[in-house]
Amino acid sequence: MSALVQFVDVSKRYANAPALHSTNLAIERGKTTVLIGPSGCGKSTLLRLIIGLITPDSGTIAFDGSQITPANIDTLRRRIGYVIQEGGLFPHLTARANILLMARYLEKSQDEMRTRLLELCELTRFSGNLLSRYPIELSGGQRQRVSLMRALMLSPELLLLDEPLGALDPLVRASLQKELKEIFTRLRQTTLFVTHDLAEAAYFGDEIVLMNEGHIVQQGSLVDLREKPVSDFVSEFINSQRALVFT
Amino acid sequence: MKLLSRPKSVGRDLSLLAVARAHRRGLGRLTLSFLILFVAVFSANAQSAVIGSKKFTESYVLGEIAKRTLNDAGVPAEHRQGIGGTIILWQALRGGQVDAYPEYTGTIAQEILKTDRKLSLNEIREALEKFEVGATEPLGFNNTYALVMRRSEAERLGLHAISDLRNHPELKIGLTHEFLDRQDGWQPLRARYGLPQQNVIGIDHALGYAALKNGSIDVKDAYSTDAKIADYDLVTLEDDLQFFPRYDAVFLYRLSLPASTITALRKLEGTLEETRMIRLNAEAERTRNYARAANLYFQGGTGSTTAAGESFWHKLTRWTLRHLELAGFSLLLAVIVGIPLGIIASRGGPTGHAILGFASVVQTIPSLALLALLVPVPFFGISVRTAIAALFLYGLLPIVRNTASGLQDIPRSLRESAVALGLSPMARLWQIYLPMASRSILAGIKTSAVINIGTATLAALIGAGGLGEPILSGLNLNDHITILEGAIPAALLALLVQWGFDLLDRVPTGILPVGFILAGTDACLPHRLGSLCSVRALEA
Repeated sequence: MSALVQFVDVSKRYANAPALHSTNLAIERGKTTVLIGPSGCGKSTLLRLIIGLITPDSGTIAFDGSQITPANIDTLRRRIGYVIQEGGLFPHLTARANILLMARYLEKSQDEMRTRLLELCELTRFSGNLLSRYPIELSGGQRQRVSLMRALMLSPELLLLDEPLGALDPLVRASLQKELKEIFTRLRQTTLFVTHDLAEAAYFGDEIVLMNEGHIVQQGSLVDLREKPVSDFVSEFINSQRALVFT
Repeated sequence: MKLLSRPKSVGRDLSLLAVARAHRRGLGRLTLSFLILFVAVFSANAQSAVIGSKKFTESYVLGEIAKRTLNDAGVPAEHRQGIGGTIILWQALRGGQVDAYPEYTGTIAQEILKTDRKLSLNEIREALEKFEVGATEPLGFNNTYALVMRRSEAERLGLHAISDLRNHPELKIGLTHEFLDRQDGWQPLRARYGLPQQNVIGIDHALGYAALKNGSIDVKDAYSTDAKIADYDLVTLEDDLQFFPRYDAVFLYRLSLPASTITALRKLEGTLEETRMIRLNAEAERTRNYARAANLYFQGGTGSTTAAGESFWHKLTRWTLRHLELAGFSLLLAVIVGIPLGIIASRGGPTGHAILGFASVVQTIPSLALLALLVPVPFFGISVRTAIAALFLYGLLPIVRNTASGLQDIPRSLRESAVALGLSPMARLWQIYLPMASRSILAGIKTSAVINIGTATLAALIGAGGLGEPILSGLNLNDHITILEGAIPAALLALLVQWGFDLLDRVPTGILPVGFILAGTDACLPHRLGSLCSVRALEA
């Protein structure tokens, strides 16, 4: 089976500096791919290119075999779920309204929406009582669950997570990591996960993509990165967080 | 719902309702905000003759007398008092917003026909004919300009005539703005007499008397039939070089008026000799009531019905309703136009800057100047429309600016979330961006509403009525009570509107969930990156 997302010679410059040098990358179906690297390495840029928040300066990105263009991007976005660090929940809408926003926009049936909402609450262990609350009335962990439900509402083929646990305190983070992993496994969800934390990458990643200064430096399993580093940067990056990962 | 049904129950303009409804559909909750103060009161003044008057006592009294005379002759007439100066009234007469108003022959020649020659009444009539305007015979008195001083000061310095002023360059002169600029005003007068005074200021006519009394100025211009000359114990300096032309009072009227109206108006010819006019002016100033002074004219004469004095509460209601009409309707327009402009402005770029720039520039034009600029424009003239248009322009900036900043302040992460979900641009705007900016937009509308309530008092300057009417006549009569009759209700109205909006801001979730918005974004998103990003940049 072909890759779900295929980057071919994609590059992106922001006004002052290149964000992504010419890059090739394939995101495999059914797996969790983790993008990792220091701040500003281009990992979020990759994610934002897929969801069409920015457009590439050169090269092409294909989703499920068709090239992403301004004409088809809105349709493709509905096949992709996107969760960001702060949750991105709209403060004027209740948790339920946030989750159902797109389904309502696409005029899905009430039954379909109710069933899916129940499924998702069960999946994310979110109490139905909290659905009528506004984001401000929820804890950080609860907000991320709602954000995840919103992303999963339309059963997307691809889930993009941009440091989804970055703003949570360590205890909540640890338990949510565990739940997320279970969810991905259970759904066999194709996931692209951005983090700067090697432990998290190791925990989630079937495939780890290490980036630095707009380049993909090395791609493979954690063992590959540790045993066969392609450069000093890889060794240094692994070693700097080693204590956390291997002890 | 109760609010919505209100305009209907008053039985007013249906199109206005339609606008209100369409608007409500579109902007949902925001609409509630101004429905609170928006009470549609389009008074339908049928085909009655409109008498105008200038902003000084004698003109008011003459206007009132003309109205009564027409009414007595069975011609329905209304008096729009204190509309403004010569040019504004002349424009209004030509534009048909006013059917007749009292004018002086000297003014007609100098200011309207722009000639230096002294014209006979027949020459004036001939010249006015091409403007479709006629003039009555003189009413009976010559109200020429005069320079006046405190009697004590004049006696101390031994001044009797204008030429005596040459020897006293230290005297401070305060003149009405109109006199300062007139072709038969200060400049030629100074040249003719060779007057040396350098200390010349422009001051409102009524305020000038107070200034003269307390010694802030020593000499001012006055009308020779002005009752205040006696009231303040002033003396008139003799025009020893016969500089001032004759100012015989006449009524100017539109030639297209029905013959019966013109005939009725002409009954006033030769009925007002100078002493009688001074007495009427004095009565008006003493009783602070023009209708009462007009009564004096009719007593022992034409056997008229006594003008039923309008009760204070009735007047207050009329002023307030008109005031709300002016402020409410202009606010409605400002909301309908301002929010879309604010949305465009929020995207930045040359267009956005141009919109904000335009709205800011309009705000800096003095309201009097803006009114004066709009009056000569054909569609506007002396009308409620002009006042509403000016108020609309003033109300625009706060709404445009707050809409734009409210949208720009939405954190970037939330904008991107809306885009990433796959909502169409319109859906993003209606379901996400506008609701999130609604609190800021509401604050803008509140500012506009309060500004408009205040500024609407100036509408009285062009005869559009409202609570400015008593303020203006009070100012003219130097009567603080009358000023307060307008000023206090206007201030209360502004407070009430402010209070109403504040209440609206606190309405709990469900009806108006804006209360959560600011708190919500602040709490979950400590880094508000959004203000620097424009909608367009993010949606490329």
